[in-house]
Amino acid sequence: MSPGSSGWSFFAEHRAEILGATLDHIELVLISMVIAMFIAVPLGMFIVQRPALRAVSIGIANIFQTIPSLALFGFLIPIPFIGGIGKRTAIVALVLYALLPILRNTYVGLRGIDPAVLEAAEAMGMTRAQILFRVRFPLALAVILAGIRTATIITIGIATIAAAIGAGGLGTFIFRGVALVSDSLILAGAIPAALLALAADFLLGMLERRLRVV
Amino acid sequence: MNAKTEHFSRNLIEFRDVSYHINDILRREVISSVSLAVPIGETLVLLGRSGSGKTTLLRLINGMLLPSRGQVLVQGGVTTEWDPIRLRRGIGYVIQEAGLFPHFTVEENVALVPSLEKWDRCRTAARVGELLCLVGLDPSEFARRRPRELSGGQRQRVGVARALAADPPILLMDEPFGALDPVTRAELQREFRTLAQRLQKTIVFVTHDLREALLLASRIVLLEAGRIAAVAPPQEFLRLEHPEVRAFAASLETNPGAPA
Ligand SMILES: Nc1ncnc2c1ncn2[C@@H]1O[C@H](COP(=O)(O)OP(=O)(O)OP(=O)(O)O)[C@@H](O)[C@H]1O
Ligand SMILES: [Mg+2]
Repeated sequence: MSPGSSGWSFFAEHRAEILGATLDHIELVLISMVIAMFIAVPLGMFIVQRPALRAVSIGIANIFQTIPSLALFGFLIPIPFIGGIGKRTAIVALVLYALLPILRNTYVGLRGIDPAVLEAAEAMGMTRAQILFRVRFPLALAVILAGIRTATIITIGIATIAAAIGAGGLGTFIFRGVALVSDSLILAGAIPAALLALAADFLLGMLERRLRVV
Repeated sequence: MNAKTEHFSRNLIEFRDVSYHINDILRREVISSVSLAVPIGETLVLLGRSGSGKTTLLRLINGMLLPSRGQVLVQGGVTTEWDPIRLRRGIGYVIQEAGLFPHFTVEENVALVPSLEKWDRCRTAARVGELLCLVGLDPSEFARRRPRELSGGQRQRVGVARALAADPPILLMDEPFGALDPVTRAELQREFRTLAQRLQKTIVFVTHDLREALLLASRIVLLEAGRIAAVAPPQEFLRLEHPEVRAFAASLETNPGAPA
């Protein structure tokens, strides 16, 4: 029997389980991304005209990004309220990873507006808030979305590691596969995760192109 | 009070010994002791080489910059005491690259200040149509386009329409035709002249092109390194002996005859 067919039959036999884990995985990613977006986008809008805050917040987000993911999950376990074993800890960690790409792109997008457009907006008597919400934000949307896209893909990958702290998802197969030295098990986690990442990339890429105004 | 009303009924804009320096360590003075009054209905052209302070002077009028010394009065009020938003809503502004909002249609661009001023829909729509016609753009063809679907000349027209939208008494124009080809430029200059006569706005127009200044101005102010070098109506301007005037006049003589 070829390894391919054994792989396929494994998939066929466990499709309910794999589907369940995939849905868990999507849930984990979606929750984390929504939280990260609600933190990073407003924060980016807030720091855009405040250079001191900008350095601090991007610095902090940068630090989270450099901590190896397994270590971050480990660090979080003993922390009360946000820590422990399970989904909640995983979501906290995933949010921390997703912050930086979204924050950075929000900031870069809001800064990268044609100065002539901003000058006109100011000269027409738009208030700071009007310039932010009616000019900067809509023009930065495509760039912000590119950050969300990057963050989503990172999160889909890192979420597989969340299985190590009992958060479920596709990582469950991978960790079991590593323990049992089973390629089929590893692939049962890795292939759907890769497909998810590709699908997210494709869909968000499409949205991004639609939002690009210039 | 009477004196004040009478005063600003004549001069819509007034510079009283205004200096402005860049707010950094060098504190370089880019406008030095400028005094100037712009009466109602005048088309004042600020002429000067690059870096002479023309844009800075415009930005002092609409309160985007505040003088380091002296006072700028607009409609009788000192710019430091004006609410900057109110001040700017009463001043149309046109810049070189038009600075149109790329995410708005032509219609939405023109309707910007009316929408900020919360005009009702009908009034805004009527005004937008009227203005597009005024600047020579057929609303049925152009109203729904985006700026990127326009030529440079058409964008400038939209820029002018946008600046005029809420019928401000003052219009500031910073090299509005600078980026256009000579033919389109001449066309827009001609139209501008008719428009200026018709609208009775008080206009401050910035250019570094003497020909344009002579064509459009009711009065020319020549700036040199942040100071007023000369003030004269166009008919008299070329007769002035000031070296900077001569330098500009020389550019006029060499340009047209120059072989292609
Ligand atoms: N934000 C700024 N920081 C530093 N220097 C400035 C700033 N704005 C203007 N300047 C300087 O002030 C001087 C006048 O600038 P301004 O933009 O008013 O010139 P201009 O006459 O409009 O020139 P141009 O025809 O090139 O537009 C220049 O020397 C310029 O370098
Ligand atoms: Mg300038």
